[in-house]
Amino acid sequence: MVEARGVRKSFGRLEVLKGIDLTVGRGEVLCLIGPSGSGKSTFLRCINHLEKIDGGTLAVDGELVGYRQSGYRLHELRDREVCASRALIGMVFQRFNLFPHLSVLDNVMAGPLWVKRAPTGPTKTRAAELLERVGLADKLASYPNQLSGGQQQRVAIARALAMDPKLMLFDEPTSALDPELVGDVLDVMKDLAASGMTMIVVTHEMGFAKEVADTVVFMDNGHVVESGAPGQVLVEPAHERTRSFLAKVL
Amino acid sequence: MSSDTAATPPASSGGVADGRSSMTVVPVRHPWRWMASVGILVLAAMLFNTLVFSHLTRGGTREGRFQWGVVNQYLFDAPIMRGVLVTLELTVIAMAVGVSLGILLAIMRLSANRLLSGAAWLYIWFFRGTPVLVQLTFWYVGISYLYPHLTLGVPFGTALWTFNSTTLITAFVAGALGLSLNEGAYMSEIVRAGIIAVDEGQSEAAASLGMSRSQTLRRIVLPQAMRVIIPPTGNETISMLKTTSLVSAIAVTDLFQATQNVSNANYQVVPLLLVASLWYLFFTSLLTIGQYYVERYYARGASRQLPPTPFQRLTSALRRERPAAPVAPLTEIPWVAPHD
Repeated sequence: MVEARGVRKSFGRLEVLKGIDLTVGRGEVLCLIGPSGSGKSTFLRCINHLEKIDGGTLAVDGELVGYRQSGYRLHELRDREVCASRALIGMVFQRFNLFPHLSVLDNVMAGPLWVKRAPTGPTKTRAAELLERVGLADKLASYPNQLSGGQQQRVAIARALAMDPKLMLFDEPTSALDPELVGDVLDVMKDLAASGMTMIVVTHEMGFAKEVADTVVFMDNGHVVESGAPGQVLVEPAHERTRSFLAKVL
Repeated sequence: MSSDTAATPPASSGGVADGRSSMTVVPVRHPWRWMASVGILVLAAMLFNTLVFSHLTRGGTREGRFQWGVVNQYLFDAPIMRGVLVTLELTVIAMAVGVSLGILLAIMRLSANRLLSGAAWLYIWFFRGTPVLVQLTFWYVGISYLYPHLTLGVPFGTALWTFNSTTLITAFVAGALGLSLNEGAYMSEIVRAGIIAVDEGQSEAAASLGMSRSQTLRRIVLPQAMRVIIPPTGNETISMLKTTSLVSAIAVTDLFQATQNVSNANYQVVPLLLVASLWYLFFTSLLTIGQYYVERYYARGASRQLPPTPFQRLTSALRRERPAAPVAPLTEIPWVAPHD
């Protein structure tokens, strides 16, 4: 589903990604862990072209993200084409980023209505279903800032799912939440993983990674240090750097 | 004093010793506030007196100081009403064009293309840097002096249409043009401030759903920017209503010029200034009320519970004759409850 080969990215003179190789299969859940500044969020944002990559190739479902290849040249795609490929990739942000001027229901309907130009009736039914699935059936008419952080994040998940994505990206989805609200959001994500969604999750929730991930990738300083099954990376890491990181967070 | 002994416990006890279970709270007195209030009231009475009852002998006849009779005679006079209409037309045109131009210029200034942002910067620099009165006069006199004939056609090529400048740019057109183009420069800075105020995460969230840049701007960014844009725009509209009086300098008969025309004929200068002022005050009051409701509309989702409008407050006050105002414990305040 996701195929990264030697992905490089710099902000000015600071190289944030120094050649990332990664493969995520269909239906797989991959957790990206690592210290802050290691480049995991940047890599996630490269997958749906919120950041342009400076080198290497990055393909989702067999298609390059943001570029078209002809021979040895990569042509940057037009805004419209980038939008079309982004529509297939859902993203959930650390700070929710719900649209504050729209009700919860309108937030979830925004994507299908405006991007896919779907008819209002079925879109509304589907949005209500999704909100019920994340446990917010009674909040349809509320505005985002009338909700707790945990509720907002679940709306954000429903909003992303409304586009029927084939891949979901989570950028530290529980880092901005009160500890007691984290569980609700993680439960929704576990459900989603169980339903066979391909997911890439940047997280500090080692418990979640251990329970749900098929693969855990430890990143540090723009490199993939090691990757493997959670039982291996989180329990018996091969590298000293991974061990010292885990010793601090566990 | 006897009231003092009622409020304070006996000095020897130093506490609640006289069998009473609670003490009476004596609020701090504010003598200076009282003095200031009395002063304001006296001044208000003086103002009311001079406006309504005061008389003056002018040219041998004794008449009301402010000649409200003359004011009343001209307030709804036909030429004045035509002036009111011109002032309103100019305000509406200048603000409509100004806001549209402002949005366009703001988007240009925020563009990644240096030429676009540079052009917008230059426009704003020029139109903010010269007085409106100079610009108005320029549009009225300067254009037909520099370009007696205006042509529409291929750049550096053939002309398709040719206009005579003096017939195309009348005083009213020059006035509308001058005010609009000047307003565009100011509005662009207001719109730009609004757009910048919207969190970048909003654009990212919209992009991640697959919205195009123009959709994101129209559906997500601008509606939120409106909250920041509306108050200064209301300010600009009120300011514009009064700035239109400058067109009297280029022979447009607006409200101010209409009152001037009358007073030039009958020498009743002050009453006609009052006529103009009353009309300006009336419309600025309307705009102030309008702005309040527009602001409320765009505050949706920004504040958890909108405060009641003055009208709602009045009706709810009438419904329960005495506001009982029980002090509710914090958890029972309605807007706290829905959020866990």
